[in-house]
Amino acid sequence: MKESQYETIEQQMTPTPPYVVNVLKAFLIGGLICVIGQAISFFYMIFFDFTEKTVGNPTVATIIFISMILTGLGLYTRLGQFAGAGSAVPVTGFGNAVVSAAIEHRTEGYVLGVGSNMFKLAGSVIVFGTVSAFVVALVKTVLVMLGVVTW
Amino acid sequence: MYTFIFAFLVGGAICAIGQLLMDVGKLTPAHTLSTLVVAGAILDGFGLYEPLIDFAGAGATVPITSFGNSLTHGALAEAEKHGLVGVVTGMFEVTSSGISAAIIFGFIAALIFHSKGKVN
Repeated sequence: MKESQYETIEQQMTPTPPYVVNVLKAFLIGGLICVIGQAISFFYMIFFDFTEKTVGNPTVATIIFISMILTGLGLYTRLGQFAGAGSAVPVTGFGNAVVSAAIEHRTEGYVLGVGSNMFKLAGSVIVFGTVSAFVVALVKTVLVMLGVVTW
Repeated sequence: MYTFIFAFLVGGAICAIGQLLMDVGKLTPAHTLSTLVVAGAILDGFGLYEPLIDFAGAGATVPITSFGNSLTHGALAEAEKHGLVGVVTGMFEVTSSGISAAIIFGFIAALIFHSKGKVN
Protein backbone atom coordinates (compact mmCIF):
# COMPACT_ATOMS: atom_id res chain seq x y z
CA MET A 1 0.00 0.00 0.00
CA LYS A 2 1.29 3.43 -0.89
CA GLU A 3 1.75 6.02 1.78
CA SER A 4 -0.88 8.33 0.29
CA GLN A 5 -3.41 5.48 0.15
CA TYR A 6 -2.75 4.73 3.79
CA GLU A 7 -3.28 8.36 4.71
CA THR A 8 -6.63 8.47 2.88
CA ILE A 9 -7.82 5.34 4.65
CA GLU A 10 -6.57 6.63 7.99
CA GLN A 11 -8.46 9.87 7.53
CA GLN A 12 -11.62 7.96 6.64
CA MET A 13 -11.32 5.67 9.65
CA THR A 14 -10.45 8.28 12.29
CA PRO A 15 -13.71 9.43 13.85
CA THR A 16 -14.19 13.19 13.75
CA PRO A 17 -14.46 14.47 17.30
CA PRO A 18 -17.73 16.33 17.95
CA TYR A 19 -15.98 19.71 18.06
CA VAL A 20 -18.90 21.86 19.17
CA VAL A 21 -20.11 19.50 21.89
CA ASN A 22 -16.58 19.01 23.24
CA VAL A 23 -15.89 22.74 23.34
CA LEU A 24 -19.21 23.40 25.09
CA LYS A 25 -18.50 20.71 27.70
CA ALA A 26 -15.01 22.10 28.30
CA PHE A 27 -16.41 25.63 28.57
CA LEU A 28 -19.11 24.58 31.03
CA ILE A 29 -16.97 22.46 33.38
CA GLY A 30 -13.95 24.76 33.14
CA GLY A 31 -16.15 27.74 33.90
CA LEU A 32 -17.74 25.96 36.87
CA ILE A 33 -14.33 25.07 38.34
CA CYS A 34 -13.35 28.74 38.07
CA VAL A 35 -16.60 29.77 39.79
CA ILE A 36 -15.75 27.40 42.67
CA GLY A 37 -12.28 28.97 42.70
CA GLN A 38 -13.88 32.39 42.89
CA ALA A 39 -15.99 31.30 45.87
CA ILE A 40 -12.83 30.02 47.60
CA SER A 41 -11.13 33.35 46.83
CA PHE A 42 -13.96 35.27 48.48
CA PHE A 43 -13.75 32.94 51.48
CA TYR A 44 -10.04 33.78 51.92
CA MET A 45 -10.64 37.49 51.38
CA ILE A 46 -13.45 37.66 53.95
CA PHE A 47 -12.13 35.38 56.70
CA PHE A 48 -8.38 35.77 56.24
CA ASP A 49 -6.12 38.69 55.51
CA PHE A 50 -5.82 38.29 51.75
CA THR A 51 -6.34 40.93 49.10
CA GLU A 52 -7.46 40.50 45.52
CA LYS A 53 -3.79 40.54 44.46
CA THR A 54 -2.60 37.86 46.88
CA VAL A 55 -5.63 35.59 47.04
CA GLY A 56 -4.58 33.55 44.00
CA ASN A 57 -2.02 31.57 46.02
CA PRO A 58 -4.24 30.08 48.77
CA THR A 59 -7.00 29.53 46.21
CA VAL A 60 -4.72 27.45 44.00
CA ALA A 61 -3.49 25.43 46.98
CA THR A 62 -7.06 24.73 48.13
CA ILE A 63 -8.15 23.69 44.66
CA ILE A 64 -5.19 21.31 44.39
CA PHE A 65 -6.24 19.85 47.75
CA ILE A 66 -9.77 19.25 46.45
CA SER A 67 -8.41 17.64 43.31
CA MET A 68 -6.25 15.36 45.49
CA ILE A 69 -9.37 14.05 47.23
CA LEU A 70 -11.23 13.60 43.95
CA THR A 71 -8.27 11.89 42.33
CA GLY A 72 -7.75 9.56 45.27
CA LEU A 73 -11.39 8.51 45.20
CA GLY A 74 -11.12 7.88 41.46
CA LEU A 75 -13.71 10.53 40.60
CA TYR A 76 -11.46 12.86 38.63
CA THR A 77 -10.98 10.45 35.72
CA ARG A 78 -14.73 10.35 35.21
CA LEU A 79 -14.88 14.14 35.20
CA GLY A 80 -12.01 14.17 32.73
CA GLN A 81 -13.76 11.77 30.39
CA PHE A 82 -16.72 14.09 30.25
CA ALA A 83 -15.06 17.49 30.30
CA GLY A 84 -11.82 16.99 28.35
CA ALA A 85 -9.85 20.21 28.56
CA GLY A 86 -12.46 21.61 30.95
CA SER A 87 -10.92 19.57 33.74
CA ALA A 88 -7.33 19.51 32.42
CA VAL A 89 -6.71 23.23 31.90
CA PRO A 90 -7.68 24.51 35.39
CA VAL A 91 -5.00 23.97 38.03
CA THR A 92 -7.05 20.99 39.24
CA GLY A 93 -5.73 19.17 36.17
CA PHE A 94 -2.17 19.96 37.23
CA GLY A 95 -2.95 18.66 40.72
CA ASN A 96 -4.59 15.57 39.26
CA ALA A 97 -1.53 14.82 37.12
CA VAL A 98 0.82 15.05 40.12
CA VAL A 99 -1.42 13.15 42.54
CA SER A 100 -2.34 10.34 40.14
CA ALA A 101 1.33 9.80 39.22
CA ALA A 102 2.22 9.69 42.92
CA ILE A 103 -0.49 7.13 43.71
CA GLU A 104 0.20 5.04 40.64
CA HIS A 105 3.92 4.59 41.34
CA ARG A 106 3.60 4.02 45.07
CA THR A 107 4.11 0.28 44.64
CA GLU A 108 7.66 0.98 43.40
CA GLY A 109 8.54 2.53 46.75
CA TYR A 110 8.49 6.03 48.15
CA VAL A 111 11.84 7.22 46.83
CA LEU A 112 12.07 5.51 43.45
CA GLY A 113 8.33 5.35 42.85
CA VAL A 114 6.57 8.35 44.37
CA GLY A 115 9.56 10.67 44.53
CA SER A 116 10.89 10.24 41.04
CA ASN A 117 7.59 9.82 39.18
CA MET A 118 5.48 12.52 40.80
CA PHE A 119 6.20 15.07 38.08
CA LYS A 120 6.23 12.58 35.24
CA LEU A 121 3.13 14.12 33.66
CA ALA A 122 3.15 17.61 35.15
CA GLY A 123 6.89 18.18 34.69
CA SER A 124 6.55 19.48 31.15
CA VAL A 125 4.28 22.24 32.38
CA ILE A 126 6.83 23.35 34.97
CA VAL A 127 9.76 23.12 32.58
CA PHE A 128 8.13 25.02 29.74
CA GLY A 129 6.56 27.52 32.12
CA THR A 130 9.90 28.25 33.75
CA VAL A 131 11.89 28.43 30.51
CA SER A 132 9.36 30.67 28.78
CA ALA A 133 9.04 32.90 31.85
CA PHE A 134 12.85 33.15 31.96
CA VAL A 135 13.05 34.19 28.30
CA VAL A 136 10.19 36.67 28.61
CA ALA A 137 11.54 38.22 31.81
CA LEU A 138 15.07 38.35 30.40
CA VAL A 139 13.97 40.09 27.21
CA LYS A 140 11.87 42.57 29.12
CA THR A 141 14.61 43.32 31.66
CA VAL A 142 17.15 43.93 28.89
CA LEU A 143 14.68 46.14 27.04
CA VAL A 144 14.07 48.16 30.20
CA MET A 145 17.83 48.52 30.76
CA LEU A 146 18.19 49.76 27.20
CA GLY A 147 15.37 52.20 27.86
CA VAL A 148 13.12 50.81 25.14
CA VAL A 149 10.20 50.02 27.46
CA THR A 150 9.31 50.80 31.07
CA TRP A 151 8.15 48.48 33.88
CA MET B 1 -21.87 38.75 41.85
CA TYR B 2 -20.59 39.89 38.48
CA THR B 3 -17.19 38.50 39.43
CA PHE B 4 -18.68 35.00 39.40
CA ILE B 5 -20.13 35.51 35.93
CA PHE B 6 -16.88 36.87 34.54
CA ALA B 7 -14.92 34.09 36.25
CA PHE B 8 -17.21 31.56 34.59
CA LEU B 9 -16.99 33.16 31.15
CA VAL B 10 -13.23 33.78 31.08
CA GLY B 11 -12.31 30.48 32.76
CA GLY B 12 -14.64 28.60 30.46
CA ALA B 13 -13.22 30.40 27.42
CA ILE B 14 -9.64 29.45 28.32
CA CYS B 15 -10.72 25.80 28.71
CA ALA B 16 -12.56 26.01 25.38
CA ILE B 17 -9.32 27.21 23.74
CA GLY B 18 -7.57 24.24 25.33
CA GLN B 19 -10.22 21.88 23.95
CA LEU B 20 -9.81 23.37 20.47
CA LEU B 21 -6.03 22.90 20.67
CA MET B 22 -6.63 19.24 21.54
CA ASP B 23 -9.39 18.49 19.00
CA VAL B 24 -8.57 20.72 16.05
CA GLY B 25 -4.84 21.15 16.63
CA LYS B 26 -4.45 17.41 17.46
CA LEU B 27 -2.19 18.20 20.42
CA THR B 28 -1.75 15.84 23.35
CA PRO B 29 -2.96 17.17 26.73
CA ALA B 30 0.68 17.71 27.78
CA HIS B 31 1.37 19.80 24.66
CA THR B 32 -1.86 21.75 25.19
CA LEU B 33 -1.04 22.60 28.80
CA SER B 34 2.55 23.55 27.91
CA THR B 35 1.27 25.81 25.13
CA LEU B 36 -1.15 27.52 27.52
CA VAL B 37 1.56 28.03 30.15
CA VAL B 38 3.88 29.60 27.56
CA ALA B 39 0.97 31.79 26.39
CA GLY B 40 0.40 32.96 29.97
CA ALA B 41 4.08 33.81 30.39
CA ILE B 42 4.15 35.81 27.16
CA LEU B 43 0.91 37.64 27.95
CA ASP B 44 2.39 38.78 31.27
CA GLY B 45 5.50 39.98 29.45
CA PHE B 46 3.23 42.42 27.60
CA GLY B 47 1.46 43.27 30.85
CA LEU B 48 -1.83 41.84 29.62
CA TYR B 49 -2.49 39.12 32.20
CA GLU B 50 -2.90 41.31 35.30
CA PRO B 51 -5.82 43.24 33.76
CA LEU B 52 -7.45 39.89 33.00
CA ILE B 53 -7.12 38.87 36.67
CA ASP B 54 -8.60 42.22 37.76
CA PHE B 55 -11.48 41.59 35.41
CA ALA B 56 -12.17 37.87 35.88
CA GLY B 57 -10.64 36.96 39.27
CA ALA B 58 -10.45 33.18 39.61
CA GLY B 59 -11.42 32.87 35.95
CA ALA B 60 -7.87 33.98 35.23
CA THR B 61 -6.00 32.63 38.28
CA VAL B 62 -7.37 29.06 38.22
CA PRO B 63 -6.51 28.01 34.63
CA ILE B 64 -2.94 26.84 34.09
CA THR B 65 -2.13 30.00 32.08
CA SER B 66 -1.85 31.80 35.42
CA PHE B 67 1.12 29.56 36.27
CA GLY B 68 3.09 31.03 33.37
CA ASN B 69 1.88 34.46 34.37
CA SER B 70 2.99 34.18 37.98
CA LEU B 71 6.40 32.75 37.00
CA THR B 72 7.05 35.74 34.75
CA HIS B 73 5.55 38.07 37.32
CA GLY B 74 7.85 36.90 40.10
CA ALA B 75 10.87 37.11 37.81
CA LEU B 76 10.00 40.63 36.66
CA ALA B 77 9.26 41.88 40.18
CA GLU B 78 12.72 40.76 41.36
CA ALA B 79 14.38 41.99 38.17
CA GLU B 80 12.92 45.42 38.85
CA LYS B 81 14.72 45.48 42.20
CA HIS B 82 17.96 43.59 41.52
CA GLY B 83 18.45 43.68 37.76
CA LEU B 84 19.28 40.61 35.69
CA VAL B 85 20.01 38.35 38.68
CA GLY B 86 16.43 38.83 39.80
CA VAL B 87 15.15 37.05 36.70
CA VAL B 88 16.41 33.77 38.15
CA THR B 89 16.00 34.44 41.87
CA GLY B 90 12.44 35.75 41.63
CA MET B 91 11.08 33.11 39.29
CA PHE B 92 9.19 31.00 41.86
CA GLU B 93 8.46 33.79 44.31
CA VAL B 94 4.79 34.18 43.43
CA THR B 95 3.97 30.67 42.32
CA SER B 96 5.44 28.74 45.23
CA SER B 97 2.07 27.69 46.64
CA GLY B 98 0.94 25.80 43.54
CA ILE B 99 4.09 23.70 43.36
CA SER B 100 4.45 23.10 47.09
CA ALA B 101 0.77 22.23 47.40
CA ALA B 102 1.06 19.77 44.52
CA ILE B 103 4.13 18.08 46.05
CA ILE B 104 2.75 17.93 49.59
CA PHE B 105 -0.74 16.78 48.65
CA GLY B 106 0.64 14.39 46.06
CA PHE B 107 2.79 12.75 48.71
CA ILE B 108 -0.05 12.61 51.22
CA ALA B 109 -2.28 11.05 48.56
CA ALA B 110 0.33 8.37 47.91
CA LEU B 111 0.31 7.60 51.65
CA ILE B 112 -3.46 7.41 51.93
CA PHE B 113 -4.86 6.14 48.64
CA HIS B 114 -4.23 2.94 46.76
CA SER B 115 -4.04 2.68 43.01
CA LYS B 116 -7.37 1.60 41.56
CA GLY B 117 -5.49 -0.34 38.90
CA LYS B 118 -8.09 0.26 36.23
CA VAL B 119 -9.90 3.19 34.76
CA ASN B 120 -13.65 2.79 34.70
